Amino acid sequence: MKLIIAYIQPEKLTAVKQALYARQIYKISVTNAMGCGQQKGYTETYRGVDIEVNLLKKLRIEIAVNDAFVDATVAAILAGAESGTIGDGKIFILPIEECVRIRNKDSGERAIG
Amino acid sequence: MKKRRTIMTGGLAVVGSAALWAAEVQSTLVLHQQAIDMIWLLFASTLVFFMQAGFAMVETGLTRAKNAGNIIMKNMMDFSVGALVFWAVGYAFMYGNSQGGLIGFSQFFIIDADTTLMRDWMFQVVFAATAATIVSGAMAERTRFSAYLAYSMVISACIYPISGHWIWGGGWLGQLGFHDFAGSTVVHAVGGTAALVGALFLGPRIGKYVIQGDTITSKAILGHNLPLASLGVFILWFGWYGFNAGSTLSGTDANMATIAVTTTLAASSGAVGAMGLSWKQFGKPDVSMTLNGALAGLVGITAGTAVVTPLGAIIIGFIAGLLVVVSVRYIDIRLHIDDPVGAVSVHGICGVWGTIAVGLFARGDAVRGLFYGGGLRQLGVQTLGAFTVVAWVLVSSTLLFFLITRTLGLRVDADHELAGLDLSEHSTESYSGFQIFTTM
Repeated sequence: MKLIIAYIQPEKLTAVKQALYARQIYKISVTNAMGCGQQKGYTETYRGVDIEVNLLKKLRIEIAVNDAFVDATVAAILAGAESGTIGDGKIFILPIEECVRIRNKDSGERAIG
Repeated sequence: MKKRRTIMTGGLAVVGSAALWAAEVQSTLVLHQQAIDMIWLLFASTLVFFMQAGFAMVETGLTRAKNAGNIIMKNMMDFSVGALVFWAVGYAFMYGNSQGGLIGFSQFFIIDADTTLMRDWMFQVVFAATAATIVSGAMAERTRFSAYLAYSMVISACIYPISGHWIWGGGWLGQLGFHDFAGSTVVHAVGGTAALVGALFLGPRIGKYVIQGDTITSKAILGHNLPLASLGVFILWFGWYGFNAGSTLSGTDANMATIAVTTTLAASSGAVGAMGLSWKQFGKPDVSMTLNGALAGLVGITAGTAVVTPLGAIIIGFIAGLLVVVSVRYIDIRLHIDDPVGAVSVHGICGVWGTIAVGLFARGDAVRGLFYGGGLRQLGVQTLGAFTVVAWVLVSSTLLFFLITRTLGLRVDADHELAGLDLSEHSTESYSGFQIFTTM
């Protein structure tokens, strides 16, 4: 069982979701996140004065999958979120110790399924 | 003898002073007439001007938060740019000396205008700006700002004034007896038709139509603020009293009371009609459809407001309310034309309907419709007028949008559209400090 966390550009969400659906991965959690990596920030203007925006709007995607689906999930996120420019984001893959479904107390791979 | 002479002299004096008095009364009356007209028309102008705020709020509310500032800029600038070109050439094309009933051609830059002309220009410029601003809604969320400025300039300078001249400026349609009291065709059908052409040239917003195999599914893209949209509708309704009742062009024309009543009833029955049909079709009374329904009723009654009975107004408004629901869905689901606020249906379809309805429901002395024994003549003229004007706008705005597409580029780049026009076109945020979802 792995937890896949990805930070992506907000406008790429639809493309990522479509890529995931195409690979039969339907479970996803999305949170709004603020952050920046190498991209630093961008400039807005307000009444002619520059505003340095350091923290950029990002999306944090979390998907818990069984081991057989890890590669497909990563491939889907790559396919949907990649534009080739700086700021596309990162994918982290973490092991999961245990998983319990609240409704019927299923646990382990069954619960993720 | 002496007594008699005294009486005669006295009599003459009375007659003389009575004549003097009558002349004075006459000039006072004229002065008062002018003053009342001046006050009424300037007041009505400000009401119609305020409709710009209504359009801005409706469009902002029915589109996404990431484009709010862009919508405001479009509404701000179509009036500002439009007023300048309407001063330079628009008024001259519309109300200048008629050249064969096709176009006006004098009084450029309203040169040597007296106060009456100033007053008339003021009342007309707010109508011209209304026609221009209608298009903004249909083209929302994907139009390049510079292209929109260019488009606004041309519609206020040329497209609107020329068809306006045919009807209100002494042109050929007016001479035929075409009746469009406050502008169902002159303003709304013109704006709605240009909106249709604009939306066609632009194509749908990204994510609006999803193609899977052979089927195209229409997806809803929700507006971000319904309270703002409804405030906009109330402002428009409020401004419409100036739009319709002000079109008496005279503050002493008591018919303005009838006009206010027919305007109110048509808007109300439009809202009821749209609410009822949406309730029946979707299972719940739809909020934004009902808002559109009130506007549809207002657009529908604008042509006939002065010549229909209250009952006629209710029927016209109700049918407009039904039409708007049917046509919004048809344009979206069947034709796949993306009109985010329903401008084509509200202003285009219902504008044409309202114009034709005059030929059915009119009960005036000069203008009498089919249902009140007027025969088919008025109906024929109304239909001819509405469709000629629609054809004129289809052709002229197709040419305009084609030229803009080739030169400035009509549509923003895809990544700009996704990030939102506030950031990409104006490099600013409308809701700083709020979390705005730009995920669609």
